[in-house]
Amino acid sequence: MGFECTDSGRIVLRVDEAERSMLRSLAQQVRDLVAPQAQSGSIDPLEAMVGIDPKARRPQDPALARLLPDAYIGDDEAAADFRRFTERDLRRTKAAHAAAVLAHLERSGAKVVLSRDEANSWLGFLNDARLALGTRIQITEENHEELAGLEQDDPRFASFHVYNWLTYLQDSLLDALLDDAEPG
Amino acid sequence: MSDMSVAPVEADPRTADPAESAWADEDVVSDRPWVTIVWNDPINLMSYVTYVFMTYFAYPRAKAESLMMDVHHKGRAVVSAGSREEMERDVTAMHSFGLWATLARDE
Repeated sequence: MGFECTDSGRIVLRVDEAERSMLRSLAQQVRDLVAPQAQSGSIDPLEAMVGIDPKARRPQDPALARLLPDAYIGDDEAAADFRRFTERDLRRTKAAHAAAVLAHLERSGAKVVLSRDEANSWLGFLNDARLALGTRIQITEENHEELAGLEQDDPRFASFHVYNWLTYLQDSLLDALLDDAEPG
Repeated sequence: MSDMSVAPVEADPRTADPAESAWADEDVVSDRPWVTIVWNDPINLMSYVTYVFMTYFAYPRAKAESLMMDVHHKGRAVVSAGSREEMERDVTAMHSFGLWATLARDE
């Protein structure tokens, strides 16, 4: 279970149907969450081309805000400027990771075989999915035990267990990537 | 985003004192550095933060781990220093990895 590094430097993940389905669903959700917002008719075409997003504001949704955080503290104008120029590209990067994961799942059966480059998309996606989920269920350093003890009918129960599974996957992927990088 | 320094609108090159620079933008004349700060959060894995510092900054493992421990125990760590433009690039990269980073003047 989890990611493994092969002798030839490939990164391999074995998944059953339920896991494939879960990963596909999560990748779609992350992609839809971060995808650059649909253009309204009034966007300047030059701005759109170079990636400037004049409407970019700190997202209201805490999960999205965690994925697109402020770059300045205590300087709202600088933060807004930075966001205008960078948010679109950041959204594109994260959406591309999620889209890559969907493509890799689509082309694979029970065994997903990845190049190192492709594995980095999975690393980005897994981290983004954990950030979004973790923010939604309000994980802190201290409340893991409390969350682990939730009743099944608690809305956070399922999310917490998916979060833990993603954590396990990301940990194993890091091990596999570092395994490949370091000799012996 | 880097500040593009421009001459103040009111400066007239014909009458301005050549000894006094019309290019008063602080980011141009000052070499006070800016820094990139990475902040602790309850979700990012310590192994992942270390990996990012090794991968993006090309820090050796020991330094990457040390910075990661500072983030974890002290709540934040300065991970790089340089011009404002360079720090904006580093912050952008940190955000693309999912770390929370901000830039500030090195006080």
